[in-house]
Amino acid sequence: MAIKQLSIFVENREGTLVTVTDAIAKSGVDIRAMSVADTNDFGIFRLIVTDVDKAKQALDEAGAFVSVTEVVGVAVKDEPGALAKVVKLLADHNINIEYMYAFITVSKQYAYVVLRVADNAEAEKILAENGISLVTEEDMAKL
Amino acid sequence: MQKKYYQPEAETMQVEDIKKLQEEKLIKQVKYVYDNVEYYRNLMDEKGVKPEDIKCLSDISKLPFLKKDDLREAYPYGMLATDLNNCVRIHSTSGTTGKRVVAFYTQNDIDLWEDCCARAIVAAGGNEEDVVQVCYGYGLFTGGSGLHGGSHKVGCLTLPMSSGNTNRQIQFMMDLNSTILCCTPSYAAYIGESLKEKGYKPEDNKLKAGIFGAEPWTEEMRRDIEKSLGIKAYDIYGLTETSGPGVAFECECQTGMHINEDHFYAEIIDPDTGEVLPEGAKGELVFTSLDKEAFPLLRYRTRDITVLTREKCSCGRTFIKMHKPMGRSDDMMIIRGVNVFPSQIEAVLLNKGYAPNYQILVDRVNNTDTFEIHVEMLPEDFSDTPKVITKKEKQIQAAMKEMLGINPTIRLVAPKSIARSEGKAVRVIDNRKKIGINV
Repeated sequence: MAIKQLSIFVENREGTLVTVTDAIAKSGVDIRAMSVADTNDFGIFRLIVTDVDKAKQALDEAGAFVSVTEVVGVAVKDEPGALAKVVKLLADHNINIEYMYAFITVSKQYAYVVLRVADNAEAEKILAENGISLVTEEDMAKL
Repeated sequence: MQKKYYQPEAETMQVEDIKKLQEEKLIKQVKYVYDNVEYYRNLMDEKGVKPEDIKCLSDISKLPFLKKDDLREAYPYGMLATDLNNCVRIHSTSGTTGKRVVAFYTQNDIDLWEDCCARAIVAAGGNEEDVVQVCYGYGLFTGGSGLHGGSHKVGCLTLPMSSGNTNRQIQFMMDLNSTILCCTPSYAAYIGESLKEKGYKPEDNKLKAGIFGAEPWTEEMRRDIEKSLGIKAYDIYGLTETSGPGVAFECECQTGMHINEDHFYAEIIDPDTGEVLPEGAKGELVFTSLDKEAFPLLRYRTRDITVLTREKCSCGRTFIKMHKPMGRSDDMMIIRGVNVFPSQIEAVLLNKGYAPNYQILVDRVNNTDTFEIHVEMLPEDFSDTPKVITKKEKQIQAAMKEMLGINPTIRLVAPKSIARSEGKAVRVIDNRKKIGINV
């Protein structure tokens, strides 16, 4: 159920991000969502794309250091309190959120949230049981 | 009363007398070593040299060299020339775990060494009225104990501060009116900056001189330190293998360091062929200790590249002078006063499962050495969260600290990202060279 995220190691110097984005552009894959975690010396560029395998191959060929991480995708209503409900559910079940990022689409009906937790399956079970819509990779590609 | 020399009879001896004294001592010392140090006896036997072949100073070229590897090989007791009961202390260099160099001292060895340091303190204008603040490290490192003992011999009030804790250093310096500072040049520069930050002017302290060594430094750095502390800065040279600091020291002329020739015989050799070079030629410095009882090294290759000159010095000392080391004939780096070999860094990485693809970056920023190691990460080091990577960096840093005694900054970089030259990673980038430091 979990969706696949590309995690790319990006050193903190000129041009490294260009290599990454160029490779993805040339592979013809669309980026659905992204976030960057950074320290003084390096960043980790996290991407949700329409075709993980194709993008990964292009990145590998470009010499980027990339790994695939499974994350949980959630669709929440684009209205006040929707995200709070998801976060509270996880907190109530002692599930720690490592990081999260959100994105919206043209439809405006839903906002999408990518969550990184230690145990994807358990988080998904809890969310599903409580009426939160989960997003699959196929959903992502169609957005 | 201000003395000009600590031991004038030695320091101003006629050159012919120095050579005669060295010759007598050398002949005796070679026999002593041959009789008491099996390791060196074997080296001499292999070369077919007997003690009776050494009849004059120039015969020294017949003797085999000793290298740092020999001392590691002989660890711990292989170079010991006397009964352990006659020894009173050890000192040790930093080095690969289990393969350190350990030097032994009898009480006479300590006395001679402290005399050498006392000569350096008097040459820097020290007398019994002075307050000597020793902020070289105490312990296995020779810096602290050497200058400490020398300061006692001169009769100075000695502040055994050891290194670090700059606030306390400054408090004691100001409250107890230190007049002579002994530490590494980079620490002296750091103290100078800290004093300025605290609002002190150079004339606010009572310091008049500093005796700085254990790491390479430049004339520019000397001028900076002299200006920021309001002192005259003197260079000092030595190595644990020959006793410690004080093998050579600078006089008021500040044009090279007088070698204590009554205790040490110095040669300059071609590092590639081992051939002895004439006075004034640039080459590797080799020392023979003429008086040491416990750890008497003959023809020890220091790996320091320098020049020896015997010109009349206006200070009145007749001892030959060595130029500040101009480089190394091996890959040893001196970082923050600590000896670091790339092989030690490689050993830590290999031990942790890394390929030897790393790069050591050394620089000097605000007169302090920076030390960074870039390591190509393993696939399993990579994570989508930065903290996993920084945790790994901290683990490598701790292992480096354990091996080297100083803390490098570790940076994990992407695989294959370190520039290769002919397939091999460029191991060391020492930018201190760019600012004229002879590393």
